Amino acid sequence: MTFSKRARRFGSLARFCLFSCGWVSVWLCLSGCVRHEPPADLTIINGAEPESLDPAIITGQPELRAVQGLFEGLTRLDPKTARPIPGLAERWEISPDGLVYLFHLRTNLVWSTGEPIRSDDLVYSWIRALNPATGSDYAGQLFYLKNAEDFNAGKIKDPARVGVHAVDPFTVRVELNHPTAFFLDLCAFPTLYVVPRQTIESHGDRWLMVRPLPSSGPYELAAWRLNDKIRLKKNPRYWDAANTQSEIIDLLPVGSPITSLNLYENGQVDIIWDKDLVPVELLDVLQHRPDFHSFNYLGTYFIRFNVTRKPFDDPRVRRALAMAVDKNRLVRKITKAGERPASHLVPDGVAHYTSPVGLEYDPEQARQLLSEAGYPGGRNFPRFNYIFNAAAGGAAKIHENVAIELQQMWRDTLGVEMELKQLEWKVFLGAQSRLDYDASRSSWVGDYNDPQTFLGMFTSGDGNNRTGWKNQTYDALIREAGEQPDQDLRASLFQRAEALLVRDEAPIVPLIFYVGINYFDTNRIQGVYQNLLDSHPLQSIRKIHKP
Amino acid sequence: MSDLLNSVSQGAGDPPVPQSPAAVSSAAWLRFKRNRPALASAWYLAALLLAILAWPLALKVAGGGFAQTHDPNWLSDGQFLPPGSLHWFGTDVHGRDVFSRVLFGAQISLLVGLVGTLVSLVIGVLWGAVAGYAGGRLDGFLMRTVDVLYSLPSVIFVIVLITTLGELMKHAPLVAHSPALAKQIRVLLLFVGLGAISWLTMARIVRGQVLSLRTRAFVEASRVLGARPWRILTRHILPNIFGVVITYLALTMPAIILYESFLSFLGLGVEPPMASWGTLIAEGVGQINPLRVYWWLILFPGGVLVTTLLALNFLGDGLRDAWDVKAR
Amino acid sequence: MYFLRRLAFSIPLLLVISALAFVLVRLAPGGPFDRDRAPASPEIEANLRAKYHLDEPIWKQYARYVGDLAHGDFGVSLKYRNHTVNDIIAQGLPVSMTLGVLAFGFALAVGLTVGFITAARRGGWEDYVGSFLSMLVVCVPGFVLAPLLVLVFAVKLKWLPVALWDSPWHMVLPVVALGLYFAGKVARLTREGMLSAMQSECVTAARAKGLGENTLLFRHAFRLAVLPVVSYSGPMLADLLTGSFIIENIFQIPGIGVFLVNSSLNRDYTVVVGLALLYAVLLVGLNLLVDAAYTWLDPRVKYE
Repeated sequence: MTFSKRARRFGSLARFCLFSCGWVSVWLCLSGCVRHEPPADLTIINGAEPESLDPAIITGQPELRAVQGLFEGLTRLDPKTARPIPGLAERWEISPDGLVYLFHLRTNLVWSTGEPIRSDDLVYSWIRALNPATGSDYAGQLFYLKNAEDFNAGKIKDPARVGVHAVDPFTVRVELNHPTAFFLDLCAFPTLYVVPRQTIESHGDRWLMVRPLPSSGPYELAAWRLNDKIRLKKNPRYWDAANTQSEIIDLLPVGSPITSLNLYENGQVDIIWDKDLVPVELLDVLQHRPDFHSFNYLGTYFIRFNVTRKPFDDPRVRRALAMAVDKNRLVRKITKAGERPASHLVPDGVAHYTSPVGLEYDPEQARQLLSEAGYPGGRNFPRFNYIFNAAAGGAAKIHENVAIELQQMWRDTLGVEMELKQLEWKVFLGAQSRLDYDASRSSWVGDYNDPQTFLGMFTSGDGNNRTGWKNQTYDALIREAGEQPDQDLRASLFQRAEALLVRDEAPIVPLIFYVGINYFDTNRIQGVYQNLLDSHPLQSIRKIHKP
Repeated sequence: MSDLLNSVSQGAGDPPVPQSPAAVSSAAWLRFKRNRPALASAWYLAALLLAILAWPLALKVAGGGFAQTHDPNWLSDGQFLPPGSLHWFGTDVHGRDVFSRVLFGAQISLLVGLVGTLVSLVIGVLWGAVAGYAGGRLDGFLMRTVDVLYSLPSVIFVIVLITTLGELMKHAPLVAHSPALAKQIRVLLLFVGLGAISWLTMARIVRGQVLSLRTRAFVEASRVLGARPWRILTRHILPNIFGVVITYLALTMPAIILYESFLSFLGLGVEPPMASWGTLIAEGVGQINPLRVYWWLILFPGGVLVTTLLALNFLGDGLRDAWDVKAR
Repeated sequence: MYFLRRLAFSIPLLLVISALAFVLVRLAPGGPFDRDRAPASPEIEANLRAKYHLDEPIWKQYARYVGDLAHGDFGVSLKYRNHTVNDIIAQGLPVSMTLGVLAFGFALAVGLTVGFITAARRGGWEDYVGSFLSMLVVCVPGFVLAPLLVLVFAVKLKWLPVALWDSPWHMVLPVVALGLYFAGKVARLTREGMLSAMQSECVTAARAKGLGENTLLFRHAFRLAVLPVVSYSGPMLADLLTGSFIIENIFQIPGIGVFLVNSSLNRDYTVVVGLALLYAVLLVGLNLLVDAAYTWLDPRVKYE
């Protein structure tokens, strides 16, 4: 081979030019494949990508908000107050002892594909959620039904023994273990929604990929692309379709708060309603804008102590640490969205309940308690760790910030040394549930509007207790409250329990009550109301087009 | 024409001209000193190093109020103060002095970069050179190992490494008795982990170079003359890939420092309140927004990181040009 | 022949990778169903584990996995339980590949050009500016560069969209943000390669024969100079094609780069293994191409 020949073969410049041309043509090709989707009437930043849209499987807020549009239960939540109002059931009767519910379905119910919805469908849906083979995380929401827990555990095989039966095509009879004050609230929870039996039985776990997907709620699923969008289209066959305000709604999953703000500022989205996607760095600026809406929310930020380890086995130590926390400073310096400092666990505003006052900031008494416990001025107090989960992928570093402030507060007030341990999320969860920590960052968001969802978890051996704290008096109080049909007596039982939890024993230190944050322009968007559950039924939201 | 092609080799291929080591060295120094960007970079890095080492001492000597307000972990109510005469780089969300945090963060970042790069250098060059030179089965085996490691998701690799090794170390007798040492363990694991995942590209590059070098005339000649493979590798091949290796090293160190910041971003990096440049930048990146900018939180950590990495790169280039046989 | 043999050899290689990833992800603490709230009874979690066969011994799980794999089934995602890994790849890979190929083209076009110019004008102002810029882009972290580009070109100047993935205009910023880093690397490798090539005997001899300086640069030096770039291209392309966590996160692009990182954090076992395999297939294929390109560009390299 001659030199010149090979040189021609490797004519780099020629190939380089060819390459550039190729690249430009790829570009032109791409211009051809612009998506031809009609624009949505309403675009909402909904939070993280939903893990599932199967009502029996979902556990999180972003999933819940999307699923609320697709399926419905016997009751639904009032958009303003988030209290239960009639949904698929138009009325119900409750037996005097509070144990038997008789629900009467509407007679005009059909799936979005045209088939009728009958009481059998509801019984199927609930039994499906309880069926061990479904693998529902929230099957516990149905454990209030007779025999439901045993059926889920596989101890009872016959679904007919579970306390839900179709009396006739339009009547469902529900039997409970105990009078459950919040059962109507639960009926509006996704685990108890009505799902399409035919589709599920023929397609199994992939039933949500079927198009058209039969839906029982105000919207149909038009498209679902991971990390791209969920597109909902009005379901004209929904029983209340006349009151559905928007035709097409896009729910966007967004991963970064700054991106979500940029999209909003550029007018590409109408609402941001996931508080994790409102940039914390900017809350003090955003707070003063008319678009910013913050409101009481059913969530509490708190610290767990591991009471199985010294010196946290001593209530005096725990109370001392609790009283040395300046919660006002956390709210003022770190969270900044109008949160309120918390001295008790159950947030204010929960139905039929007022919490007892817990331990307030009192450095003098904190020091006193610590020296009574044998550590005057923090002397001989062992170094202990405080675990918290790392903020991944550009999320706000609230947990780290709170931890750093706590470290300083306890050092200055009590003279104790705390080590920070930042753990990756799953490692953190493991450490917390295995009690492999001294103190741990924690939070809890209520599932329904009742003190039970906060106080029930600290009973001995509850999977969410995670402090090792066991108190028979507390257990007895919670159990009694669960069986007490009288609202006032029930509330006072809960109050005694909560006082034990946050004042006398203090296995936990409540720090802050979360606020909900919605970001939208009230001049353009109507029908988004702020309530304790941060619940916003999609069908009542609309955009006003101003001339 | 064709014999011309057969002798194609980089100038580097010439057998080294016999010269006294001292002469080589002093000539190289001269060349290096004439390279102004490299020299400036060297001075910059030296000054930075000095500042990093001197600052903690200065704080200790000054003592009192000055030491406290400039303690990188001392919280105050002066949140988000812009740079001024007291806080030269301003303060952060907790009212901590950013200047101090940048300098203390430098210790971690530079150490991570240095150790990680050294680990990747040693493993990568040896692995790649042996694979490229040996060829055949051994080459196949070594490079397939690289492929396997390359394909494993690095995040899970780091998680497993940090958590499982961390657990093992926790029970080691030496660590169990010294909380201070236990604290350093995680940082140490981070160093090892970063080195362990970044030698792979180095190995591939080196192997590619060696593959093309080993058929060169001077290597053939050496082999014909009966030199042992190890000698050929160390005397002829490794010196000849020096340039590419240095360049690639200069690219690896920033990559490792950046990867550390990415891990910090995912919560797998150094633990607060300790800082690295990565964590400082990850904290400051929220400031790049259209509404309100506390510019000092991103500009200073980011600026120091970028200038340092630039300086490292220029220095790397300068060293290569000065010592590289090719340049003569 | 050599390449065919390597192709055949890549099957056991993929099995080794899948087995390692399979074990590695299960070694990490925590599982796919760990949440911040425990289910109401321990049986609920047992049901979940049984449903996805996580209660079986690991060898049995792996055997089951390989069996499914033989049918082209990567399994069901444990985090996104309505989606299979095949769904995730089918939805995300085309997007990531589009972004990756464009960024690769951008990186090569810009990198080779800048590398060539800086080498050809060594010591001139073009060299200083070009070298400085190619170093600078390598030194700026992606999660700083991308938001800066967005702030300037999308938010302030409003020339381009801030995020999402709808039209070619949406692709400009992500491609640039992703490609710049690699462009810097390519530019530096090219410059380095060019400079050493121009001193090689081949070029010296050609110069002695009186060939023009331009011909030298283009025909001879450039050819030798691209060797390290070619070597670097395989892994670079594999990285680019499987997406970038940071870019996809900041521009909200529905690719698989986000899954590559998040699946590990979520302990989404099937997705971790599936994506590791996908990445491995790309890598093996691209490295094969690189080696093929080597024999083509540098005939002295032989494989036997």
